[in-house]
Amino acid sequence: MADERAGGTSGGWRAEGRRVLAVAWKDLLSEGRARANLLSVILFAGTALLLFAFAFGPDAQDLRDAGAGVIWLTILLSGILIFNRSYQVELEGGALEALLTYPGSRRAIFLGKLLANLVLVLVVESVVLPLAAVLFHVPLLEALPGVAGIVLAGTFGFVALGTFYAAISSRSRARDVLLPLLLFPMLVPLLLAAVQGTTAYLEGDAMGYGGGWLRLILAFDVIFFTAAYWAFDHVIGE
Amino acid sequence: MTGDSSFPPPLKLEGIAHRFGRRWILRGLDLQLDPGQVVAMIGANGAGKTTLLRIAATLLRPLRGRGWVGGASLLENSDRVRTMIGILGHSPALYEDLTPVENLRFCLQMQGDPGDRGRILAILDEVGLTDFAHVRVRRFSTGMRRRVAVGRVLASLPHLLLMDEPYASLDPEGVELVNGTIQRVVDEGGGVLLATHDLRSGAGLTDRVVTLDRGLLREGDGRQPAHGRTDSSPTRADSSSPTTRGQLA
Repeated sequence: MADERAGGTSGGWRAEGRRVLAVAWKDLLSEGRARANLLSVILFAGTALLLFAFAFGPDAQDLRDAGAGVIWLTILLSGILIFNRSYQVELEGGALEALLTYPGSRRAIFLGKLLANLVLVLVVESVVLPLAAVLFHVPLLEALPGVAGIVLAGTFGFVALGTFYAAISSRSRARDVLLPLLLFPMLVPLLLAAVQGTTAYLEGDAMGYGGGWLRLILAFDVIFFTAAYWAFDHVIGE
Repeated sequence: MTGDSSFPPPLKLEGIAHRFGRRWILRGLDLQLDPGQVVAMIGANGAGKTTLLRIAATLLRPLRGRGWVGGASLLENSDRVRTMIGILGHSPALYEDLTPVENLRFCLQMQGDPGDRGRILAILDEVGLTDFAHVRVRRFSTGMRRRVAVGRVLASLPHLLLMDEPYASLDPEGVELVNGTIQRVVDEGGGVLLATHDLRSGAGLTDRVVTLDRGLLREGDGRQPAHGRTDSSPTRADSSSPTTRGQLA
């Protein structure tokens, strides 16, 4: 045993893939068991949409104009709650240190958490988008392929950066305040592109701007994901 | 059992120094564990025992000094080091909403093992939790949580086992379980570094006692002169002595 362990390696891509899936499965299972957490995020998102609808209403055109911005603002605020929670699970029983002493690249932890957070944010979005369509009179069904592309691409970049910054803020006592402070400024370009792209598709994209915004968001995705992936090892280490 | 020089030592530290803020916690200490050796480390609260364990576990990079686990450098080959270490800390490091089976499966999968159900159930049987295999850890007592944590160590049987107050909150049966785990690691040629205030519980297994004091390690339990092995240190060699046990009690 000792020799095998002493000479052992942490495995190749397949082993890394197993670690990524193990972290994602564990996070999703924990969230699934503690249903109250996800439900409270969904409830928060619904309440935020409702309040925004009252604030911008009752004129249907005003509501439509504000729709894309409100959708992304709601996704942003709900996502913050999810990202903070994803590291809270590790801190509760001192599990983070055990997690960091497992063999293999610590980037597998990042990828696993990214995957789990992506699923959770998409679950929230699956409630936010139809609700926003009703409350803000936005033609979601007609614009669905374009809006879905913008939402998926925007969500990936948002979750990649959120998962990364949540790791940085997780060991701080003021993590609930620190995460938005770190994350919001970095997200501004992505959010602007996402809001503009969503607006373009919701308005029928007569000028064909939607594709351009989508490409810009994908470029942000690549930059955010690459930077977070390579830097994660350093921020989670100590 | 101890001192087999044909294998690299499970742990070797040279000149390890670390500070938090302006206060140096560790001041260039050396320590070597030979294969099959159990070293108990004692020291006052805040002396730096946990810091030293965290450095050996690659969780903290020392500001000065070097170290090796099974011949792999803590600083340059930390990934390989992590394939050889196991930790039993004072917090059980479990996921509250998962069952023991799920916790152990996660642990095995993170080590590159598929997490075979039969193997997991065998480990739970060993730690006496078969009847609670599918109950969420959130509902467990502190002692039961520690048993799951011991199961996690058994699942990997590390080359170097780092323990931080492993006997806290354990009943006599639990103490026996921890000692059985230490024995398993030692039997396989591994080493154990045990930070504890409870020297009696591990008395039959400990080869050496070292005291961490003002950032440096001294042989013995601190009640004797700084050099040489102490006669009253409770070690595997002399723990059978009623006099020694009496002195400690």
